[in-house]
This record gives sequence, C-alpha cells and structure tokens, in this order.
Amino acid sequence: MPGWVVWPPKTSANGMDCAETALENNMTAQIRKIVVQVDELLQEGGKAVTPPTRRALAMAVIANPYAARFSDNLDELIAIGEELGGLLGARCVKALGIKPADAHSYGKAAIVGEAGELEHAAALLHPKLGAPLRMAVSKGAALVPSAKKQGTLGTAIDVPLGHKDAAFVRSHFDAMEARISDAPRANEILVAVVVTDSGRPHPRVGGLQVHEIVGQDGLR
Amino acid sequence: MFGLSADLIDVRRVFTHVEEIHHEFGPVAEAPLVRGAIAAVLRNPYAGQYQTNIVPMMEALNPLGVQLAQQLCQAMGVAPDAIQGYGKGAIVGAAGELEHGALWHVPGGYAMRELLGWKGDRAAYTAGQGGVSSGQPGNALSIVPSTKKVGPPGAALDVPLTHINASYVRSHFDAIEVRVPGAPRADEIVLILAMSTGARVHARVGGLAAQDISQWNGLR
Repeated sequence: MPGWVVWPPKTSANGMDCAETALENNMTAQIRKIVVQVDELLQEGGKAVTPPTRRALAMAVIANPYAARFSDNLDELIAIGEELGGLLGARCVKALGIKPADAHSYGKAAIVGEAGELEHAAALLHPKLGAPLRMAVSKGAALVPSAKKQGTLGTAIDVPLGHKDAAFVRSHFDAMEARISDAPRANEILVAVVVTDSGRPHPRVGGLQVHEIVGQDGLR
Repeated sequence: MFGLSADLIDVRRVFTHVEEIHHEFGPVAEAPLVRGAIAAVLRNPYAGQYQTNIVPMMEALNPLGVQLAQQLCQAMGVAPDAIQGYGKGAIVGAAGELEHGALWHVPGGYAMRELLGWKGDRAAYTAGQGGVSSGQPGNALSIVPSTKKVGPPGAALDVPLTHINASYVRSHFDAIEVRVPGAPRADEIVLILAMSTGARVHARVGGLAAQDISQWNGLR
C-alpha cells in the first residue's frame, strides 16, 4: 500500500518539526507561502510501475528585495537562495518519507514576478542554493539542472530533473511542472525544488544506467 | 490496494498538494494556515459509452475514500481533529460524463466525515435521508461542498471549502485550486478531497463565527 510516512516523524501541531520551525523563524527570506506536492505514479502505458515512481516538489513564494529597482549587488537574494536550498530540499525529502541517501534525482527553478529581473532568479539559484540542497539529499555530485523565467500569477515552469550523482543517467532525465495559482505577484519570486526517489516510470531508451554510476565527476 | 486491476477501481496515480499560508500581505499568522488536497487518478470504467446503471462504482469507491482521507491528513502533517474545513471534487476525462463525477459525492464525502468524527447513520444518508439530533452530535456535521467538471489533462478545478460543523461559518468559506499535470486522460477520472486547518488567513468580513455555532444542524 502506498502512503508516505512523515519523516522525520516528530511534528508539531502545524506539521513542522522543531528544527524546521527554528530554521524558518531565523530566515532572511520573507515567505508568504510554501507549497509541497507529491506525484506518485502506480501504472503507465497499462503496465504496473513497481515500485511506484514518486516525485516531490516544494515551492516557496518570497518577497523580492530588489523589486522595482536596479541593484548591482544581489547578495540578499544569494543568501535567501542558500536558505531555500536547505528548506525546500528537506521538505521534499520529508514529503517522500525517505532517507536523504535514497533520493535519486533533483532540479530547481524560479519564476520572477514582473517587477523583478531574470538575473534575480540567477542570484537565488546559482551561487549558493546547491550546497544545502546537496546536504538534504546527501552527496549530489552532479550539477542541479535548472530553469528560470519571468512570469505572473499561475505561470507554470517545468523543473528539469537529472540524477543527483551522475548527470548522464538517461533514465532520470525528466521534468516536473511547478505552478501556484496566486503567485508570483509582481514583487515576488517563486522558488521551486524537486527531489525524486526514482527515474521515469518505464525507462527503455538505453544510455548510462544507475548501476553503472561511478559518481566522482558528477557526469558518469 | 492500488495498482493494475480488472475491478471497477483501478488507480493509476496519486497526487498530493499541501500549502502553508503565512500571510497574504497582512499580519503574519502565528501558525500558518495549512490547506491540502489529494487527487487520485483512476480509470473510468464507464468511459466511451452510455451506461444506465453506474451505481456499483459508488459502493466500490468507499475504501478509496477512506484511504485518501487518511493520506491527506498525513501529508498535511496534522491530526484529524486539527481539520476545520473541507471540500471535494471530480474532474472527468473527455470520454466520460459529468454524471460519472457525481459518483464521488457519497464515498468521498462520508469517508472524510467519518475520519473527522462524524457519528451519523451512513446508510440513511446514502439513501438520501438526513438525521436530526440535538446538542453536538460529533464533528463534520456540514455537507461537504463540491465542484465537478469534464476536462482535459491538466484541467484546474476550484474545490470549495467550508467549515466542517456549520456551512454558514463565513471565515471558512474558501477554495483551493487543484490540478494534476497530465490527468485526466480521456478514459480517466480525477477524484479529489480537500481539507484546511482554519479560516482564511486574514478573515475579516464578519458573519457567523466558528465559536458561535449553536444549532449543530450542519448549517449554523
């Protein structure tokens, strides 16, 4: 029977464990909402998927500190990216009910509201988001695939996915659609992280296999 | 119980969505409002043909209703007694009819109500006869509000939410948008349950308040 065990199991009334609450209370990011989705696929093409593939998506909607002004320095967003890498990575792993080492693939994305620049997404995603995300999934030798765009309320972005330890694993090339109906407002940014415990449901187009991963260079 | 099956109930995919709302540009909530929805994507056994008797599926959906209600609570990370609002819905694929979505009213609604503490006579309600009682006869007294539509893969459904014990509680009138990328296919149905832990995050338009419920008739 599917059904995810909340992990770790210690939770408070609002579903967050104490360490998480402390982390979130001390954050620089001004978070309006957090959305977590789990997509569990039990059969595809008329054939059972055993075990089912599961992909978790965690999104945060934050205020953009640089909305409607040009700033050469984007340090605040770089710091927020670091916070969100850990927070959203942990939320995904928790929603899947797995140990960090059992994560297979990951990806990240951001949608910048109209009063911001594409470069704001880059500041969030690239300099510092990766390291804490890798902690949340353990290891993570491979590049974290990413996508970014400018958008408005309800804009969808396809978060690209790749195996966390070897980017060439073909069975794990995938994407998960991320979208929040009321975000991002003009002065907000939507930040998304996806973690899976599996590849595509019935991979059969060859390429590097999971059991062939060396895991040193992040590619093979 | 999920998986390939020749039975009426054949679930392909389970999708959960949980959001924590910290604020909506007003004061930050002490504990965030948690809203969640769970969607099961299943084969529509009546797709592609007009069938007079579709009632067998209603009965067959009962175990699925119970499992989805429990899984949603788990995904939200809260105990059933923390749930204050609920709703349900269905999206029928293009080869089906709206009436197929109506099969979810009884099994979806009563599964969720029983999980939340409803003590009524389910057989009487299934037959369309309500019960009358005095005092507070358990919880989940309100009718579970619902929406349904026929739609393409990725169709969005706004699932209404109301207070579980009195439909007129104005602070708890709400809705959550539910959308499963890629579903329903033409021969599928998406069945949805939704719950919330409280009022709209900045509720302030008066009306009946939850603490003033007094008639325990599901309305006031």
